[in-house]
Amino acid sequence: MAIHPETDRPLEIYDSARRPIRPLDELQQVIRFRHLILQLLRRDILTRYKRSVLGIVWTMLNPLGMMIVLTLAFSTIFGRANGYPAYVLSGLLAWNFFAQTTNAAMVNLLWGGGLLHRVFIPRTSFSLAAIGTGVVNIVLSLVPMLLVMLVTGIPIYVTLWFLPIPILLLACFALGCGLLLSALAVYFPDVVEMYQIGITAWLYLTPVMYPESILPTATRTAIQTLNPMYGLLHLFRVPIIEGRIPTLAELLPSTGIALFVLLVGWVFFTENSDALSYRI
Amino acid sequence: MNAAQPLIHLENITIRYRIPTEPIRTFKEYAIRALQGKVRHRDFLALSGLNLDIMPGEVMGIIGQNGAGKSTLLKVIARVLHPNLGRVVVRGRVAPLLDLNAGFHAELTGRENIYLNGAILGFTYRQMQQKYAHIVEFSGLEEYIEAPMRTYSSGMWTRLGFSVATDERPDILLVDEVLAVGDESFQRKSYERIRQFQEDGTTIVLISHSMPQIKDLCTRATWLQHGQLKICGDPAAVIDTYLKNCP
Repeated sequence: MAIHPETDRPLEIYDSARRPIRPLDELQQVIRFRHLILQLLRRDILTRYKRSVLGIVWTMLNPLGMMIVLTLAFSTIFGRANGYPAYVLSGLLAWNFFAQTTNAAMVNLLWGGGLLHRVFIPRTSFSLAAIGTGVVNIVLSLVPMLLVMLVTGIPIYVTLWFLPIPILLLACFALGCGLLLSALAVYFPDVVEMYQIGITAWLYLTPVMYPESILPTATRTAIQTLNPMYGLLHLFRVPIIEGRIPTLAELLPSTGIALFVLLVGWVFFTENSDALSYRI
Repeated sequence: MNAAQPLIHLENITIRYRIPTEPIRTFKEYAIRALQGKVRHRDFLALSGLNLDIMPGEVMGIIGQNGAGKSTLLKVIARVLHPNLGRVVVRGRVAPLLDLNAGFHAELTGRENIYLNGAILGFTYRQMQQKYAHIVEFSGLEEYIEAPMRTYSSGMWTRLGFSVATDERPDILLVDEVLAVGDESFQRKSYERIRQFQEDGTTIVLISHSMPQIKDLCTRATWLQHGQLKICGDPAAVIDTYLKNCP
């Protein structure tokens, strides 16, 4: 590599004719620009609560309020005996993480696109920052969830230490979906609107708020096999509700799907990213 | 850097925008049109077959009417647009002095925004910590630096943007019509800084509609028209020809 004559740093050379494989090149750029992604993440978290008096506490108060309402409502419908409050809370936490981050990945790219016009930065930065923000939020939301469980007398298991794995898998799946959606949304802005409808339908097709036992057998089998969110939510819930580590048979299919979707999203987005800067 | 090697090498650069003959805004429309076989595009060449070499230490002025492809050319050099045809080679660190307000966030303080903007330009947190005091001093915004940027005037936004983008001397500076920054004293200061960069060997590519500025600053000038290079050479001569043909 050539050396810069004045600074001893490596000389940056950009040659449009020498293009490494796009998905790998993007990965390299992301590592080079990791500080940018951290700054974007910091910006997302700071600005959200900046003008409110309580600030970052809202990150936890907001889900706490929601959880209290849900616990009251669902305990009346499904009873408290089978640990439904914990079931609903954990399900919604994971679901909201997915729904919010995929949406944020898409919206961030559309609104932050002005930057991509002016200066070279990795084009996946916005999606990565959105996922990072989501991870911070879901980890912070675990605190009010445990609080609600403690107060309502639901047992808390030590298997909680396993949660980083399902969170990581959810993040991979959300990033893959987010990248696919962002690439589409650049071409067709109405994808953002359509996704709102889609995600609502998807929510009801996933046992998040209702117990899966109320589904007819055929429907349940279909959801279990065709809906990737089913398995991912299951992995997130098992250590919280059942107090055990998921078995390999539960873990492997979801891991495979999450990584596959991430790979497809990453390749699709990066292969099309040149066209994106012409469009945004 | 080898003196014989151009710092910026543009070879047969073509940038083609595809514009649908009828605007297709939504996926629904697209699906319907695609089924009817009615998705037609018109090609618009923002740049076509452009060849240009810029040598170390040059100050290249780009002139031309609106829509001639001047900003597109800067985007190609800044690595934002990948050419559809041709090849671009850029050796060294590029600092784009474009409208960087998009990199600021109104709710964050000036200080937080300096770090964010620095990260956009590719600097690490530690590098920015070292630059921070110098950036604030140059911007002259010490008193306001802990206030959110929404309380800043537009002049203050551009002052901060300029101070961050030019804190470290780049190998190549891209300037798109933003030399009129802030009040008069800051304008003088920023002009002085660019002068200093030039003396220290920075190569500058400058878009301007101000012919006196081009004459004053540039060592060479290029006239673009409809995405094509008309002439390139001595600034006074290029400006003369441009003004004769495009009154």
